[in-house]
Amino acid sequence: MVTAREFNHVLLDVEDVSLSFGGVTALENVSFDVRQREIRAIIGPNGAGKSSMLNVINGFYHPQAGTITYKGNARKQVKTHEAAAQGIARTFQNIALFKSMTTLDNIMTGRNLKMRKNFLLQVFYLGPARREEMEHRQAAERVIDFLEIQAIRKTPVGQLPYGLQKRVELGRALAAEPELLLLDEPMAGMNTEEKEDMCRFILDVNDEFGTTIVLIEHDMSVVMDISDRVVVLDYGRKIADGTPDEVRTKPEVIDAYLGVAH
Amino acid sequence: MNDPQVSPAADSLTSDTLDTFPKLLLERAKRDSARPAIREKDYGIWQTWTWGQVEQEVRALACGLAAKGFERGDKLAIIGDNRPRLYWSMCAAQCLGGIPVPMYQDAVAVELRYVVEHAEVRFAIAEDQEQVDKLLAIKDSCPKLEMIIYDDRRGLRNYTQEYLYDCEDIQKLGRDFDANHPGFFLDQANTGRGGDVSVILYTSGTTGNPKGVVLTYDNVVISARNGIKFDKLHQDDEVLAYLPMAWVGDHVYSYGESYVAGFCVSCPESSATVLTDLREIGPTYFFAPPRIYESILTTVMIRMEDAGWLKRKMFHYFMNVARDIGGNILDRKSVMLRKRILYWIGNLLVYGPLRNTLGFSRIRVAYTAGEAIGSDIFDFYRSLGINVKQLYGQTEAAVFVTMQPDGQVKPDTVGTPAPEVEIKITDNGEVMYRSPGVFQEYYKDSEATAATKTPDGWVHTGDAGFLDEDGHLKIIDRAKDVGKLNGGSMFAPKYVENKLKFFPYIKEAVAFGDHRDYVTAFLNIDLEAVGNWAERRHIPYASYQELAARKEVYDLLQDCVEKVNHDLAQDSQLASSQIQRFLSLHKELDADDGELTRTRKVRRGFMADKYEKLINALYSNDKHCEIETEVTFEDGRKGSIRADLEIRDVSLNPIAAAAN
Repeated sequence: MVTAREFNHVLLDVEDVSLSFGGVTALENVSFDVRQREIRAIIGPNGAGKSSMLNVINGFYHPQAGTITYKGNARKQVKTHEAAAQGIARTFQNIALFKSMTTLDNIMTGRNLKMRKNFLLQVFYLGPARREEMEHRQAAERVIDFLEIQAIRKTPVGQLPYGLQKRVELGRALAAEPELLLLDEPMAGMNTEEKEDMCRFILDVNDEFGTTIVLIEHDMSVVMDISDRVVVLDYGRKIADGTPDEVRTKPEVIDAYLGVAH
Repeated sequence: MNDPQVSPAADSLTSDTLDTFPKLLLERAKRDSARPAIREKDYGIWQTWTWGQVEQEVRALACGLAAKGFERGDKLAIIGDNRPRLYWSMCAAQCLGGIPVPMYQDAVAVELRYVVEHAEVRFAIAEDQEQVDKLLAIKDSCPKLEMIIYDDRRGLRNYTQEYLYDCEDIQKLGRDFDANHPGFFLDQANTGRGGDVSVILYTSGTTGNPKGVVLTYDNVVISARNGIKFDKLHQDDEVLAYLPMAWVGDHVYSYGESYVAGFCVSCPESSATVLTDLREIGPTYFFAPPRIYESILTTVMIRMEDAGWLKRKMFHYFMNVARDIGGNILDRKSVMLRKRILYWIGNLLVYGPLRNTLGFSRIRVAYTAGEAIGSDIFDFYRSLGINVKQLYGQTEAAVFVTMQPDGQVKPDTVGTPAPEVEIKITDNGEVMYRSPGVFQEYYKDSEATAATKTPDGWVHTGDAGFLDEDGHLKIIDRAKDVGKLNGGSMFAPKYVENKLKFFPYIKEAVAFGDHRDYVTAFLNIDLEAVGNWAERRHIPYASYQELAARKEVYDLLQDCVEKVNHDLAQDSQLASSQIQRFLSLHKELDADDGELTRTRKVRRGFMADKYEKLINALYSNDKHCEIETEVTFEDGRKGSIRADLEIRDVSLNPIAAAAN
């Protein structure tokens, strides 16, 4: 169990964030913090605003109100590539890989922001660019080794089963060596064995690289097993926040998930 | 033969003073310090260690073990995939006068416990977290087990057991120990003698608990030398080490022969990448059980069916040419010039590229052993110009009993006696042999030893067979499995099963008939082959169980069974063994459920008990049978599956000779 772990340093602080699309309120005055090195879960029923919350964190959506403080810097608006440059990487609910590219190439794209050599050098594959490419390839290979996907290194991802594509997507995010990793339903649509594998990888990433992880997940048992703390959203509002054990027993959470008896 | 200067095996170490692996390693490090000894693909790149480096690694590991209290006669259990460090640990234990006990990496905890306890293992080295977890699970019930060393630290960061060590730390400790005790290592490494025990290999065995086969250095080293001489192996050969380290074949090929002949062994990146690694390494000397050849052939056939019209035509045309004359060309028999030219063109267009895709371009010698191989499969490889040969061996013989010499390859025999091996057939048809490789004893089991090995060194193989007119051995079945039908005719289940298994759609078959009126069979479909077949015909299925039970699949299987019956009817001896009824099992037979041994041989007694209900149904008039079966998942949990299986009747062919 991971409940006994202590985290003090706040990496990301979300304060009073509200987001709406026209008349639809996706998030309403949501506040919570993410501490360095912890695994933080955001759960809630369908339409609770979980994905919107992730999109706000990595700058894809801009909230109408509230502030987000990442590594001590408050920001109101940030662009996605700036968030990435600051060490935030993510995966998507509906896999967003380049289907006709190989696993290795997809993972290499995760190194994109770390490529420093200019375009011309890269086009002609000259000395410095070549050396750099080798470094990035090494980093990509470390990820491949870590996720145990050597056998599909040269396979176009479009041909892979769903569970493996999810793993490749995690690989691409890891290749960016993020400090904060956002996972949008990493276990959705997987069978039990694939889920167990994915859980192990998430725990290992957190353990080996010290990566802080924010994950959205439907599967309650998974969340309760691997998270340090959990935020529960319902209709865009935060209804609970705490350790899995604290959250599990809250009547509001039970109501939101199981429906209220009338 | 007595002229080592011109023999291709001249770079082999055959001196009688080099009678143990530690001594062989020291000599290799001196002579071939900069030549590659072992490779492993890691982070996508083949990493190489030279003989000089291997000596350093083994030395550090041995000294580290010594610093931790490893003594002469101690056992070192080794468990994991083929990894350089695990091979080094074998030699490190031997340097200290210890005995390595390699174990099957897919064994579950209970199986490990038996071996660890029985062999009185004090030290164990495990590949990774998975194996460490299994050892930790049995640690409490194995009081003699003191220390667990691991190779890959991934996921083990938070394990706090004080008896758990990182292999690198042990080696670091060893380097310090070595510096403080100069002379210790060489002294220890040179102490062993050829007659000392070098390894204990536990055989999976089709009945009861595994038995520990005790082999001496002489057994392994002399067998390795004979194998090298027989196939003219030398330093430049390339071998892929991908079969279980606990299996005698791997021990002799990847370890014994590598040290004696000095060739380099390559360890695949992971078990899932073996076929890719095979292509990259392009071994010259290759070893595989029939199922590997089968699955490669199945893959080729599936891929060819998906290929374009022209390629498919070309492939089939030239494969017909190859089937016609390829084997003769390989055996250097005379072939008409016109056909020779055709084969040459085929080689350019089909055989060469195909060999290259499979990673078989450079193969000089390839062996198949363990089970009978289908003549179709065997001929396929030989006709492509790949020198696949059969070998008949046993753990108790340090592998070699008989093997097919180049140019004398017959698909239905297993060849002539290997060098220095004597063969005789007992009155009841059992094959016996005597050789320098013959094991010392079953560890702590004098009763079993006495039952298997005679005082003058002859070993019972338990296989029924005979020598043909050219002195080639032909194996029919396990001696104890050959039974009789109620009608009085002979029933050799394995013979029937092999005929069935030679169809790509059938992965496993179990035939019944001893003391019965007629023969019946359980069939296991090959998920890949049948799955592909089903997709092509737009037959939907969601699981193995569903596919196996489909009417269309039953029709397909019935077709195969009918062809087998047709074959059997040709032989008056075997015509009564035609299969009358069969069913397609709802689950794959699995070693985890005890149905197969770790080397994938059917455990008949167990099957007969577990599936008694199905067997009874096969011998009734029922058209179907319900069954609930317990299954073990990979992580050891148990579950059950329920199914209602159809039973099919098959038409029989009239017996060819006898008028009815």
